Amino acid sequence: MSDFTQTLITAIAIGSLYALIALGYTMVYGILKFINFAHSDIVVLGAWSSYTFSNWLLKLIGVETKGMTTPPAIWVAVVVLVLSMAFCGVVGFTIERLAYRPLRRAPRLNVLITAIGVSLLLQNVGQLDQVFGASPQKMPQLLPAAELASFTFGEGESARKVVIGLVDVMIFVTASSLMLLMQYLVFHTKQGVAMRAVSYNTDTAALMGIPVDRVVSITFVLGSVLAAAAGFLYVMKYPSLNQPAHTIWVLLGLKAFVAAVIGGIGNVRGAVLGGFVIAFVEQFGAFYISTNYRDVYVFVMLILILLVRPGGLLGVTTREKV
Amino acid sequence: MTHFRFQGPRRIIAVMVAAAMSLAMTGCQESGSTASDEILIGHFASLTGSEATFGQSTDNGIKLAVDEINEAGGIHGKKVRLVTLDDKGDAREAGTAVTRLVTKDGVVAVLGEVASKLSLAGAPICQENGVPMISPSSTNPKVTKVGDMIFRVCFIDPFQGAVCARFARESDRIKATKAAILTDQASPYSVGLQEEFEKAFTAMGGTIVSKQTYNAGDQDFSAQLTAIRGADPEVVFVPGYYTDVGNIAIQARTLGLTKPLLGGDGWDSVKLGEIAGANINGCFYSNHYSHEDPNPKVQDFIRKYAERHKQTPDGLAALGYDAARILFEAMQRTPNVDGKSLAAELSKTSGFEGVTGKISIDAERNAVKSAVILEMKDGNPTYVSTIQPGE
Repeated sequence: MSDFTQTLITAIAIGSLYALIALGYTMVYGILKFINFAHSDIVVLGAWSSYTFSNWLLKLIGVETKGMTTPPAIWVAVVVLVLSMAFCGVVGFTIERLAYRPLRRAPRLNVLITAIGVSLLLQNVGQLDQVFGASPQKMPQLLPAAELASFTFGEGESARKVVIGLVDVMIFVTASSLMLLMQYLVFHTKQGVAMRAVSYNTDTAALMGIPVDRVVSITFVLGSVLAAAAGFLYVMKYPSLNQPAHTIWVLLGLKAFVAAVIGGIGNVRGAVLGGFVIAFVEQFGAFYISTNYRDVYVFVMLILILLVRPGGLLGVTTREKV
Repeated sequence: MTHFRFQGPRRIIAVMVAAAMSLAMTGCQESGSTASDEILIGHFASLTGSEATFGQSTDNGIKLAVDEINEAGGIHGKKVRLVTLDDKGDAREAGTAVTRLVTKDGVVAVLGEVASKLSLAGAPICQENGVPMISPSSTNPKVTKVGDMIFRVCFIDPFQGAVCARFARESDRIKATKAAILTDQASPYSVGLQEEFEKAFTAMGGTIVSKQTYNAGDQDFSAQLTAIRGADPEVVFVPGYYTDVGNIAIQARTLGLTKPLLGGDGWDSVKLGEIAGANINGCFYSNHYSHEDPNPKVQDFIRKYAERHKQTPDGLAALGYDAARILFEAMQRTPNVDGKSLAAELSKTSGFEGVTGKISIDAERNAVKSAVILEMKDGNPTYVSTIQPGE
């Protein structure tokens, strides 16, 4: 029971991260009908810029990062989060403006290949010594490593504790508030109406006076901001930061992409649902079956769901007109 | 007119070919002249990547040895020059780096790697080309089995695994009967050490209550650690590399798993304490040397190393230093530094007084020597005990 609960807590925390990243994939796909392969690199950028900003900020307020035992005041974490979200938003905007907008009328394959190119560019620029370097780093501890709550199951010898860490709760709270905000934005604001209109039919939306380019830019910025938040929360949970081109980042992005597909790509709520489904399958599979195949469960799940519902859990199947 | 059109480019091509040939010829002459008054040795190492401190430390150790031999007049009157290539901790890059060292740079001997996986990637290339390779610190037995050109100056996993098992089973600090294991399933080093530990630990009457695996670079270990916690072991054996071990320690303590972790020389890096912080305190690992060893040879090395590189050498730096010195000694014993005679001399190494202990190369081209157990205290390794081979 205790093990089940503990696994459940981890799955919820990781699921929130997958959901945040999946949102970016799904929004861009919804509007431009292409998969932004550079999205996972924005997550990496979010993680690494959080590292850079927090080192810079801690130095500014005179806190020694080496051998730091007590975390700084909570506002430091908030400022770092906001800074890295803003930075990644700007980068996301720039990428769209320079790499994707010139290809608006080009075949979709060209855009897809450009996305892979952008992804490689970000990975390799990130590895430069002048940028982030090619060595792993330790993220300074910004949040206290406190246990928020712990329960004990069983008694005496067989008693097992279930620990809910502050970091897990922070991840869940931050991620869900961002996702609720996104839900509000897409379904209850004028901007959201414009985004949905562009996603239904770009040309008609343009004829109706919707500034398509601006909507696309805003979508990219939003997706990048969410990715940055995911990157920040990720390094809060896993403070040793892998080098920007490490395969582990690719896998993280791939799983979030699978989450978006499982939920029904293009569907905002589906991305969130998919994120949690993936995390549950991965964590419980790893715990109850074997950790050797933790990535396999995710992709088997993808195949199974696509066999039954080709459009994803919440997606609608549309027939391509030839 | 058409005639002219063809002639123009052809003439240019002819000029270019001539220029290229003359360049190539002067190039040959240059490298020819350098080869006569220099001895080139190669080193492939992970200077960047998850195991970056391994490569950097080893390279620093080798550089110190190279400086010393050059100050002492070189080998047979020739200066030694070190060519170090980064393999980024990646097996494919390691293969490329070794190929370049052997075929393009034309080194007479190759030093490296630390990680067994990378040594195994480089060794076949050295073997094929008849260039002796000395791994300073790869402990997996398979490394030197590649062929008669491959040597090492560290102990091997059957010994290290047994040392860890004995320490877990018999030391007053642990006295465990139940152990759990968490292995990096794709690393020959980790899997080899795990097998040997398991064999030795069960032979001494202990039981393995949980066996879990991970992949290098994984960030989340909660599934494995929750399972291990459920099995209630008295010690957790984690034969991995320091970056992963640091993460594992943090997450183990967060989950309330307070039993000591135990590991091998893959933990040996200043980064371990940096990554894991207080979470790694009270954990143990086996290593090749301790910087607290009062032996004047060790202290002398530490002083010289600190002077040159402004830091305390870890075990890998010491092994890099020893590997280079053993190579130089073998070179000095033979007048011709071709691969075959160098390998023959290397295999005769016996009773070499190294920083990491007395080193003799056995028939399998492995070193037979003692191991030390270190404990992490306040993020720094401190000496606990020494275990001799065959004890």
